[in-house]
Amino acid sequence: MNTRSLKPWLYLLPAILFLTAFMVYPLFDVFVYSVEEGYNFASQTYSGTGIYNYSYVLHDQYFLQAVKNTFILVIITVPLSTGIALLISLGLNSLPKLKDLYQTIFFLPYVTNTLAVGLVFMILFKKTPYSEGFVNLLIHFFGGESVDFIEGPYWAKMFVMCFYTVWIVLPFKILILTSALASVDQDLYKAAKVDGTSRLRIFYKITLPMISPMIFYLIITGFIGAFKAYSDVVAIFGVNLNAAGMNTIVGYVYDMLYGDSGGYPSFASAAALILFAIVLTITCINLLVSRKKVYYD
Amino acid sequence: MSTKNTDFKNIERAARNREKTRKIITYVLLTIWALIVLFPFYWMILTSVKSYGAYNAEYIPQLYTLAPTFQNYVDAFTAVPLARYFLNTIIFTVITTGVMLMVTVFAAFAFARLEFRGRNLLFTLFLALMMIPNELVIITNFVTITNLGMRNTFTGLILPSITSVFYIYLLKENFEQVPDELYKAAKVDGTSDLKYLFKVLIPICQPTIVTITILKVIECWNSYVWPRLITDSPTYFLVSNGIQEIRENGFGRENIPAMMAAVVVISIPLIVLFLIFHKKIMEGVSRGGTKG
Amino acid sequence: MKIVLDHLTKRFPNRNKDGGFVTAVSDFTFEIPDGKLVGLLGPSGCGKSTMLNMICGLEVPSEGRIYFGEDDVTELPPENRGVGMVFQSYALYPHLTVMQNITFPLENLKGKDKLTKEQMKAKALEAARLVQIEQLMERKPSEMSGGQQQRVAIARALVKKPRVLLLDEPLSNLDARLRLQTREEIRRIQKETKITTVFVTHDQEEAMSISDLIVVMSAGVLQQIGKPQEVYDDPVNLFVAKFLGTPAINVFTGKIRNHRLFIGDEPVMHVQEDDREVYVGIRPEGFILDENGPFTCALNRVEVMGRDTSVVSTHPLCENVVVRSIISTEDKPDPDAQDVHFFLKPQKTLLFDRNTQERIYYHEVPEAL
Repeated sequence: MNTRSLKPWLYLLPAILFLTAFMVYPLFDVFVYSVEEGYNFASQTYSGTGIYNYSYVLHDQYFLQAVKNTFILVIITVPLSTGIALLISLGLNSLPKLKDLYQTIFFLPYVTNTLAVGLVFMILFKKTPYSEGFVNLLIHFFGGESVDFIEGPYWAKMFVMCFYTVWIVLPFKILILTSALASVDQDLYKAAKVDGTSRLRIFYKITLPMISPMIFYLIITGFIGAFKAYSDVVAIFGVNLNAAGMNTIVGYVYDMLYGDSGGYPSFASAAALILFAIVLTITCINLLVSRKKVYYD
Repeated sequence: MSTKNTDFKNIERAARNREKTRKIITYVLLTIWALIVLFPFYWMILTSVKSYGAYNAEYIPQLYTLAPTFQNYVDAFTAVPLARYFLNTIIFTVITTGVMLMVTVFAAFAFARLEFRGRNLLFTLFLALMMIPNELVIITNFVTITNLGMRNTFTGLILPSITSVFYIYLLKENFEQVPDELYKAAKVDGTSDLKYLFKVLIPICQPTIVTITILKVIECWNSYVWPRLITDSPTYFLVSNGIQEIRENGFGRENIPAMMAAVVVISIPLIVLFLIFHKKIMEGVSRGGTKG
Repeated sequence: MKIVLDHLTKRFPNRNKDGGFVTAVSDFTFEIPDGKLVGLLGPSGCGKSTMLNMICGLEVPSEGRIYFGEDDVTELPPENRGVGMVFQSYALYPHLTVMQNITFPLENLKGKDKLTKEQMKAKALEAARLVQIEQLMERKPSEMSGGQQQRVAIARALVKKPRVLLLDEPLSNLDARLRLQTREEIRRIQKETKITTVFVTHDQEEAMSISDLIVVMSAGVLQQIGKPQEVYDDPVNLFVAKFLGTPAINVFTGKIRNHRLFIGDEPVMHVQEDDREVYVGIRPEGFILDENGPFTCALNRVEVMGRDTSVVSTHPLCENVVVRSIISTEDKPDPDAQDVHFFLKPQKTLLFDRNTQERIYYHEVPEAL
């Protein structure tokens, strides 16, 4: 090779090195780990190969709880956040004034530290012997019974988790949908108006189909993101998620890694691969559905 | 004719009223959500200026305070090593973002402007890497970094956080939009590739580079999972881990005003950055979002 | 359906948000007779699209009334006016097929006007046949050429049998060849349906070629209405004279002294007018090449283009310096000559007041030169 043909590779070298070391190699390695049985981190030895790790994870109560929590979170927050984002974006786009101000405010959660603001949410929802907490104050105001949302019943904890998740993911969705709505050709609306199309029909027949690619994009990425929920949950319930009964699949993976004496990379790998399989399946289903329902330019 | 005219006027008025009601409802709903968004920020600031004693004496939370104190901010910097967390995060963010930019710019340039065999194949492989979730590779990275003895070092924190295929993709697309003629003109004038890259391409694509930088800074400032795995000594904690540590062990568990002071301090840099660059950041996120 | 515009004015708030206004259309009054094809002509930004939007009902005028026949429709929303509109971008719904696009307006009908699926299909097919796209009904807009999309847009506008058809720059998105073809098509469709049709254009050739009537406007103000040839032959002011015709009219600064029209020091024509300062507009076809002609230009070059010969010369008092004249091929001048001399055809030589730019109607005295 002469210097001329060598040069491009020189430019690419850093990227290739980093990607190989920290993405490509780990990608293969995780499969290897997941089938090495009885792996000992300290001595880096293992007793055999097989699918025991998977079977262990699938029978682990904590993992099953994590799967249940994650699925509930996904099923509630993805449609809810997408729906609310759509409503807010429609509202925003119909405002000539103050649109910028509202948009800026709505975007704020995107740039906040998840852990830090999660702590604020924890305080807002928490009830201790010394303090009611702000949310319970509201509940009292409307004549309800106070609840400890942080260490109380499961549904209450789940509510906080979903609420915070929606709060965190909305900015991105609002932003995407507002710009999608704004980019619909205004002549289409004028044409519909000349024909006397009702507001509802304009929404169903024009707006929705025109922004459907973006909606599906948000649903797909929303599913992927929600399945990976972790740091927002930690922010509210603390690091010991298993004890709180609020662990997620990703949380389970990290707990396995972080455990005593270097942890259990084999179990973590098996759990991570199971998660990957779930996400992949759901994404494929989404794509299949979208091909039928979505209008692509 | 005259009756007809008044009729139209009524229709007009009814339509205008309906329009007005719709607008009011829209404003009310949007304002409610704006309050939900803003309230946690208000609450953290409010709580951070309440004194420890006053806060704990409130069984029913007070929505305002008449005796603000800055003692909590003093505590936040003295009782826990908040300044240390801050400094760590800044070091981590600056180095990670800087190295990421270099790696990204060179790779994007090679893909966008240089001819070599296997370019398309390699780029496709790069794109395929975008689909790999972090959770999958973090396990081996954790083992690798541990085995290299780089736990509780900046090197260990930074190395796996550098590359982002998505940013390479974004910048490559942008580089390709610069007309080919500019490159040819530069070649005719005898400009070296490197000079062309720094004197022509980067200035032209500056908006995208700024976007990438801002997004990476946000990502670094908020990163939690990897630092948590790789550091267990507070000397190397970043702000996210610091906050978690403060929550679990700092101040004594119930000193919530001091915690909130720490939360405010941690949140401020990004919010200030956002308020200055909000147009750019939002534009960047939406561009990044729609292309990813 | 006759359309009457009565002192129509439209003001928009200006950009500075200081409460000021920009007047897009100012005190516009004219009547469009039933069943005519009318071209609304003017340079871009002259308010012609605002005008169209007001006729359509997408914008409400600040002052004045609009009548369709005897009905005052000024405040009526578009759907109650019975108008069909073809947008410049066509505004076809990209996710719907041609058939669905055309039936879209019909599906909005409610109550006793409601149609069955079959009726809608039949009506859509009828409209499609009119514009000759009935074989494309299952296509999506993105699978069609610009000309075909244009036809779909027209069919969609026609399917409700509107009283008035409005077209906004209907030909601007088409290439030159399609443009010729499509404008004939618009003419044919209008003739067949006899619907009063208004179209907006900035291209004077387009307006001249197919309109029954053209309306020239500038900066929101009506300049002239008339049959294309009348407006061309008899413009009321310098703006209209300059705006119509390719190549454009040649404009010279001139003066009348002693009943003689001067361009520079040369008396070119004898007129009855008193002394005054004028602009002299001479259409390219208004020159007669003749060695004895009173008007002299410096010859630049001679372009022979089939039927006609175009003589390009220069004259210092001409607004654009370059004078374009079109003469018949037999009169070809010597290409090496320094100068060319012309007689001027009086009916092609128009005079305008130097200050007001209004037309001066003069009488020529031929034999006295």
